[in-house]
Amino acid sequence: MIELRTSPHVKGTLSLPQIMRHVVYALLPICAFAVYQFGLSALALLIVVTLSCVLTELLFNRLASKNTTIHDNSAYITGILLALTLPPGFPLWMGAVAGFVAIALGKSLFGGIGFNPFNPALMGRAFVQAAFPVAITSWTPAAMNDRFSQFIPSSLSFPFALPSVNDAISEATPLALHKFEATTTSFNHLFFGFSSGSLGETSSLLIMLCGAYLILRGMMGWRIPAAILLSSAVLSGLFYLVDNSQYPSPIFMLTSGGLMLGALFMATDPVSAPVTLKGMWVFGFLIGILTIIIRLFGGLPEGIMYAILLANASVPLIEAVTQPRKFGWLSNRDEK
Amino acid sequence: MAFLDIFKYKTFEHGIHLKDSKDRTCDQAIRRLPFSPILIVPLSQHFGKPAKSIVRKGQEVVRGEVIAQSDGFMSVPIHAPASGKIKEIELFPTARGPKTESIVIETWAGASQRLGQTEANNISQMSREELIQAVQNTGMVGLGGAGFPTHVKLSVPEGYSIDTLVVNGCECEPYLTTDHRLMLEHPQELLQGINMLMKTLGAKQAIIGIEDNKMDAINAIKNQLSGFESIHVKVVKTHYPQGSEKLLIKVLLGREVPSGGFPYQVGVVVQNIATLRQLGVLLPNNQGLIERVITVTGPGVKKPGNYLVPLGTPIRFLLDYVGFSGTANHLILGGPMMGSTVSSLDVPITKPVSGLLVFNEQSVEKETGEIYPCIKCARCVEACPMFLNPSMLGQLAAKREYESMQEDYNLMDCFECGCCSYVCPSNIPLVQYFRISKSVMRERAVSQ
Ligand code: SF4
Ligand code: SF4
Repeated sequence: MIELRTSPHVKGTLSLPQIMRHVVYALLPICAFAVYQFGLSALALLIVVTLSCVLTELLFNRLASKNTTIHDNSAYITGILLALTLPPGFPLWMGAVAGFVAIALGKSLFGGIGFNPFNPALMGRAFVQAAFPVAITSWTPAAMNDRFSQFIPSSLSFPFALPSVNDAISEATPLALHKFEATTTSFNHLFFGFSSGSLGETSSLLIMLCGAYLILRGMMGWRIPAAILLSSAVLSGLFYLVDNSQYPSPIFMLTSGGLMLGALFMATDPVSAPVTLKGMWVFGFLIGILTIIIRLFGGLPEGIMYAILLANASVPLIEAVTQPRKFGWLSNRDEK
Repeated sequence: MAFLDIFKYKTFEHGIHLKDSKDRTCDQAIRRLPFSPILIVPLSQHFGKPAKSIVRKGQEVVRGEVIAQSDGFMSVPIHAPASGKIKEIELFPTARGPKTESIVIETWAGASQRLGQTEANNISQMSREELIQAVQNTGMVGLGGAGFPTHVKLSVPEGYSIDTLVVNGCECEPYLTTDHRLMLEHPQELLQGINMLMKTLGAKQAIIGIEDNKMDAINAIKNQLSGFESIHVKVVKTHYPQGSEKLLIKVLLGREVPSGGFPYQVGVVVQNIATLRQLGVLLPNNQGLIERVITVTGPGVKKPGNYLVPLGTPIRFLLDYVGFSGTANHLILGGPMMGSTVSSLDVPITKPVSGLLVFNEQSVEKETGEIYPCIKCARCVEACPMFLNPSMLGQLAAKREYESMQEDYNLMDCFECGCCSYVCPSNIPLVQYFRISKSVMRERAVSQ
C-alpha cells in the first residue's frame, strides 16, 4: 500500500505533551523545596490544587463531550503553578476552589488549551485573592520545627468556616516587611530561600536554575523572562539611584516575592503571551515595568500577578503592532 | 558547540537545523542505471506549456533525438532517453499528480549508450540570443526541483542587467547528495557550465554558495579554480532552507528580492549545480537532456546511492534495481521537506526529480501525531525564513479567511518550505493549509 502524504515528510521531535511534561519536571524541584520548607501543609496543598485542576479539566471534557485532554499535561502545570502562588497555610478547601476556578473560568470556558487569553493559574489566584483576602495574606514562617509532623492549623479549616487568623502563626513576607515596615530582608535569605512567602516564591536561585533548564532544552522561550528581568532591574535601579533610603535595591526587587516565578513560569505560558518575537519583548517590558510600579506605588506589596494579567489582556494589541516584517521590503524596487 | 559556528560561516535568519541524513549516500560515486525495458516520457516535465510530440506509434528513435518540440517560449523540447521503438502515446500518472500525455518507448534489448549525431556548438562565436536559443534546444530546466525552463530564467527582461550568477550548491534538503557528488566528480564540467552561462547573462562574476557539510566538494572546486578568475566559492553554514533562491541571494550578496518579485530585479540569476554541470556537457555538443543524477535512499533501500538515471525510468524499475526491505509504503520524489509522495509505481523519473526516498512503515509511524490547538508557542514564527506569522495564518486558514491571509499576512510569500510544520509541537499541518489557501486565492484571482 502506498500512502499519500503532503510535505514535509519529516517532523521535529518535540510535541506539545512532551514540552508540557518537561515543564512539570522543571517545577518538581521547586515543589520539593517548598515541601522541605513548609512541610505537610505544602505537600497537601500541592496535591489538592493539582488534583482539583485535573478533575475539573476532566469534568469539562465530559460536559463538552470532547476526548479527554488530560494527556497534554497542561492541567498539571496549571495546578502546580497555582499551588506555588499560595501561602503554605492556605486552607485546603480554598485551594480546591482555586483549582476549579483556574481551569473552569480560566481555560475551559474559553475553549480549552490554546484559547485562554489569561494565564489560568493566575486567574485562579486572582479569584481567591478577591474571595479570601485574609487567608491569602496569612504567611507562615519557613522551616518550622514541627512542619513534617503537623499541618499548619489553618490548612485543615472547614469549608466556609473562616479560618481564625489569630491561630495562624503569621509572619509578614519580605515585600510586605519592606513596604509596610521598611525592613529589608537579606539577599542570602531571598536567594537561597529562607524567607516566608508563598510556596514557590522563596528561593529565586532554584527557580532560575529550573527555568534555565527549560530554556536550554528549547522547551521555553528566553525573550519574555529576559525582558521582564531586564526591565524590572533597570526601572527599580533607577529609583534606587534616585533615593536609596526609600526604594529597595534592584537585587531585592528581583529576588523577592513572585517575580522570579512569574517571569520564568507564568509570563512564559505561550498561549497567553504574544506569538510575535518583537511582541514578546514588549510584553516582557510591560510586565517588568508594571510590577515595579505596582510594588512601589500600589496598595499591594506584590504586583507581578496583576502585571501579567494586564499584559495578557494587551496581547492582541501588542501582536497587532509587532507583526514580523515582510521579507523583501529592503529593496522594494517597482516590479516589472 | 553548535552555536559557535554562527561566527564561522554566514547564514540567513530564522530557518531550522535539520539532521542531514546524507551519510549513507554522500560517499557513493555516481553509478549508471541500466535502461528499463519501458521508458515513460511525459510531454510536460517542466513549468510552462507541454512539449508537442513529433513522433508516431511504431516509429524508431535514436538516443538523443528530439521526440517532442517546444511549444513556444515557455516550453522546452524533449529528447529520446534511449534508442527504441515508440510503443504508444498515452496518459500516464506523473510526479505532479494528474495524468499527463506521455511517450512510451520500448527500448531495444541491449541498447547502447551511443548518441545520435549532432552538430557541435561553437560557444565562443555565439551571441547572447543564440546562446539562449541553444540552451532551450537542450531542453534544460531547473534540475533542483523547480523544473523552470532554464532559458526563460536567462532571458532577463529589458531594463534589467545581471551582475552576478549565483550558483546554488547548498543542497539543503536532507538525504539528497546529487549536487554533492557532481561537484566532487565533475568540477571542470561545472565550471565550464558556469562560464558559459556568465557569458549568456553578461554577468561579471559567479558565486558558488556551498554549505559547510560538504567540505570535500568545496575543496574539489577550489582546486580547479585557476583560470576562472571571476568565479568565487563561498562557504555558508548548513541551514534549511538555504537553497531557496531568495535566501541564498540574501546570504551571499545581502540583497533582498522584493516580495512577489524575481532575482533579476536585484541583478542576480540563480542556477543550481546539476543544471550548470549538465549544461557544461550539453551546450558545446548541442545535445539534449536525456538523463539525470538522483539520490535513491531512505530506511527501506538496500543499495542506496547516487544513480545516473535515464529520464522516463519508471520508479518500479528503479526500486527493483536498488532493492528495498519491508513494505515500501511511503515514496517521496525530491527531498523530505518539499518533495511530493508518489501515487503509483508507474510514475517515471522526470527532469526536476532530484531524489527518490523510500520510507517503510516503522519510519513513517513516528511522524504522525495527534493534532492539538495552536498554543502560540511561536516556534513557527521563529522558523519561518520569510518572516511570516504561520500561527496566525494557520488560525485564519482554519476559519477560511483567505483574503485576510493574503492581504494582512502575506500568504503569497510562503514558498512551502515546511519549516513551520516541522517545528510545530501541536502537529498542525500548516503547510498543507497554506498550499490549499494559496491555490484558492490563485483560482479567485483567475476567475475575477
Ligand atoms: S508552532 Fe504550532 S503551536 Fe506553535 S505557534 Fe506555531 S502553529 Fe502554534
Ligand atoms: S512553509 Fe511558508 S509559512 Fe511555513 S515556514 Fe515556510 S515560508 Fe514560512
